[in-house]
Amino acid sequence: METYLGEKQQASQWSPYINNGGSCLAVAGEDFAVIASDTRMSLGYSIKTRYSTKYLKITEKCSIVSSGMQADIFTLHKVLKSRAQIYEQKHGKPMSTDAVAKLVSRLLYYRRFFPYYTFNIVAGIDDEGVGCVFSYDAIGTLERVKYSASGSGSSLIEPVLDNQVALKNRNDIKKEDYKLTKENAIDLVKDAITSAGERDIYTGDFVEISIIDINGTHEDKFELRFD
Amino acid sequence: MFRTQYDSDISIYSPEGRLYQIEYAMQAVAQGSTALGLKSKTHAVVVTLMRSSDELSSHQRKIFKVDGHMGIAISGLTADARVLLKFMRNETLHHKFVYGSDLPTGEVVSSLAMKSQRNTQRWGRRPYGVGLLVIGYDGDKTHLYQTSPSGNCFSYYAQAIGSRSQSARTYLEKNFKEFPELGLEELVLHGVKALKESSGKETLTKLNVGIAVVGKEQKFEILKPNKVQSYLDQILQTEGEIEIENENENEKDEEAETLELKLD
Repeated sequence: METYLGEKQQASQWSPYINNGGSCLAVAGEDFAVIASDTRMSLGYSIKTRYSTKYLKITEKCSIVSSGMQADIFTLHKVLKSRAQIYEQKHGKPMSTDAVAKLVSRLLYYRRFFPYYTFNIVAGIDDEGVGCVFSYDAIGTLERVKYSASGSGSSLIEPVLDNQVALKNRNDIKKEDYKLTKENAIDLVKDAITSAGERDIYTGDFVEISIIDINGTHEDKFELRFD
Repeated sequence: MFRTQYDSDISIYSPEGRLYQIEYAMQAVAQGSTALGLKSKTHAVVVTLMRSSDELSSHQRKIFKVDGHMGIAISGLTADARVLLKFMRNETLHHKFVYGSDLPTGEVVSSLAMKSQRNTQRWGRRPYGVGLLVIGYDGDKTHLYQTSPSGNCFSYYAQAIGSRSQSARTYLEKNFKEFPELGLEELVLHGVKALKESSGKETLTKLNVGIAVVGKEQKFEILKPNKVQSYLDQILQTEGEIEIENENENEKDEEAETLELKLD
């Protein structure tokens, strides 16, 4: 169908992808990592469910959160869980966080030409006991960072983390004097995702937060706004 | 009498209707060191005696985890056991991936039975020379199964396989009626006591005794040597009584007996 300007207008094509919204973030400290995700699953302007987990504990030292399309998140997490068990049976020990990070990257790239609509963050403790966060794009580009946010609220959360964790654009504090403690990090993550819940309509309901350190993983849950 | 005529191939029956190759395979199981299993209403336990070929080598592992709710103890050809273990791990993982739940122990054992039977009726294949004791907890129940090279599988309250297992079996037969109500600690103690019956002249130490447990709120776990030692210490306290019993039971001609016993 041609308009009067001569452009072709195409009927909208069916897409295999939808976005179920939600936000995820993770912050790495010196000897710990904090990872969190909300649990709201939306479709358009409706809420499909207030509790649909985006979080998966892979080992005692490593977890993943993913935002994007719930079906792909669910499947990716299933595959990852199975692969972690296979690794443990084959090698007699759990996967290291670096190994998990690489595996996720490869699993995503395996679907290079029909990607998982997932935006993942892997966080945990590396082999030296140092906290680490890995962020990805949909096809597995891997980068180790100190913090990351993904999902519908990421543009609201990322600047907060830039300012509070990386101390960017601050005139009031010297980098050398500052150390991120576990309690500060947990509060920061809670505040960041709560703030995202205030303004982002797709973020809300519950948050699953997890603190990973040398002793293992401690999981917790708290409420956000239900509107 | 006719053995040597009818035992050269798996596909040949003897005039009495026996398949000697299968029985020889079961003899391979009987040659392995003792493995025994027992269960209560809430827990299932396997206890094994691990051999080492000489002082320089490590002790041969006999207990393997299949999944969070299931594990096996083996007796016989370890290499064959590894193949069956891989099969079981695959089945349980696949079920977990597709259905999101634990594969019932009985179903894995059935698949294993089918797999074992195939090797008794196929050209060029030989039966698996290993017997497994499979313990698991699913559907709110404990399970203990024995598989054999013949492809037969049975469920047991308690069972022992391997060399000198008859002594352990006798102990278990005497005591199994009280197992269902026991707690985990007492159940393991019975298992270790039963193993002591079969250990002959070998001293039980934390290095050559393997124990694994599974049950309600207890994922399949192979006990660490220090935990094993604590059970052995408890047995040592009552050692005086057990030694007297042993003298009455030992030194039968095990080999002649085992062939008849294995016709299950």
